[in-house]
Amino acid sequence: MKIIVDQDKCVASGQCVTAAADVFDQRDEDGIVVLLTDNPSEDLAADVHQAAAVCPALAIVVED
Amino acid sequence: MTTPVYPMTRATGCPFDPPPQLRELQQEAPLVKVDIFGKPAWLVTRYDDQRKLLADPRLSADVTTPGYPSPTGQPPRKDGVGIGFILMDDPEHARMRRMVTAPFMIKRIEAMRDGVQKIVDGLIDDLLAGPKPVDLVEAFALPVPSLVICQLLGVPYADHDFFQQNSKTMIRMTASLEERTAAHGNLASYLDKLVGEKLENPGDDLLSGLTERVKSGELTQQEAAGIGVLLLIAGHETTANMIALGTLALLEHPEQLAVLRETDDPSVVASAVEELLRYLNITHNGRRRAVLEDIELHGQVIKAGDGVIFPNDIANRDESVFSDPDTLDVHRDARRHVAFGFGVHQCLGQPLARMELQVVYSTVYRRIPTLRRAVELDEIPFKHDGAVYGVYSLPVTW
Repeated sequence: MKIIVDQDKCVASGQCVTAAADVFDQRDEDGIVVLLTDNPSEDLAADVHQAAAVCPALAIVVED
Repeated sequence: MTTPVYPMTRATGCPFDPPPQLRELQQEAPLVKVDIFGKPAWLVTRYDDQRKLLADPRLSADVTTPGYPSPTGQPPRKDGVGIGFILMDDPEHARMRRMVTAPFMIKRIEAMRDGVQKIVDGLIDDLLAGPKPVDLVEAFALPVPSLVICQLLGVPYADHDFFQQNSKTMIRMTASLEERTAAHGNLASYLDKLVGEKLENPGDDLLSGLTERVKSGELTQQEAAGIGVLLLIAGHETTANMIALGTLALLEHPEQLAVLRETDDPSVVASAVEELLRYLNITHNGRRRAVLEDIELHGQVIKAGDGVIFPNDIANRDESVFSDPDTLDVHRDARRHVAFGFGVHQCLGQPLARMELQVVYSTVYRRIPTLRRAVELDEIPFKHDGAVYGVYSLPVTW
């Protein structure tokens, strides 16, 4: 699994953090997405896919 | 087929369900021309289509874009009834939105949770000590989010009658243009004065944070006040309606209310909040956009200059996404709902709304386990004429 985030597209809804807090965080100054790991363990796959699905800005791409 | 008129009417006796005509169109004519404000616009009713188009930069949220569905006789303008960056496109929208995203970060909202719990507990103490029956809207649903947003923005709660009344007028669809313009003017002057005071004496709140941007020249004082108006209205009206309408929906579904009354698992509460957001979808008048370039959908062409309406309420009842969609089931995974909209304009305050609703729903029914309606369901006044759906009052007893 490989994750790519686009900080320019991100609108700081924070839903990725709610879905997968071990993988996504937010920048202190403006809440924009920060990737904690781009290759998380497989047991987080469902949460990561959920994060990508609910991102309103389509800023998260997951490659399996 | 005669051209359907939007918005449509809910069925009698079904106050929690979207208008039945929307369901028919979703099944039979997912992209259809309707009449809105006496002019034609496209109505997009399926969940997948709504998500695709609301995230498409070929659609504009700017009221001044030709084709944007606006009420007849209302001049499209950015500085009048329209408020702030929700009616702008990127890159200007993104520039302004990013100035206020930090206070709504998940960790900063979580840091407010204990304070919100204290507010909720205090209001319930007062409720239990006071007379009954009582109007839950006035005594609880409206004060909770008003107190919270005042604290976050740095607005004195003592002024709540003033801003609640003016907000109500601004979002009442039956209010005249003059009434709405006057209400907006009142709020804009009020916030402008407040921002001016915070320029002199900044505190530890969102509006004071914006004054730094004013000092550095990134924002004008008027723009900062405009952002304040937007956040103040959006921060109390929406959540207040979710609290009161959500409580009524739960009282009508006692087995669902029992789940919230009996659980001490935060994940069950969080799931229930998502389901109530999906099921009630209080922004019931559709998101509106104008099309910048031709877009093909379902064998038809939405042309540049056309208007499009996205009723999120029916998308959240799309059975291809949510099985048995008209059933309120707090245990279902409803997280994909579009109650906060979709695309770059999706609700900025959603982490705050979720946290407030989690605190409220996990507290009220535990502390008042015998809570019940004090009047018949058909005596409760629903906000059919509001831009945000809910109830005007909810008399309850226990």
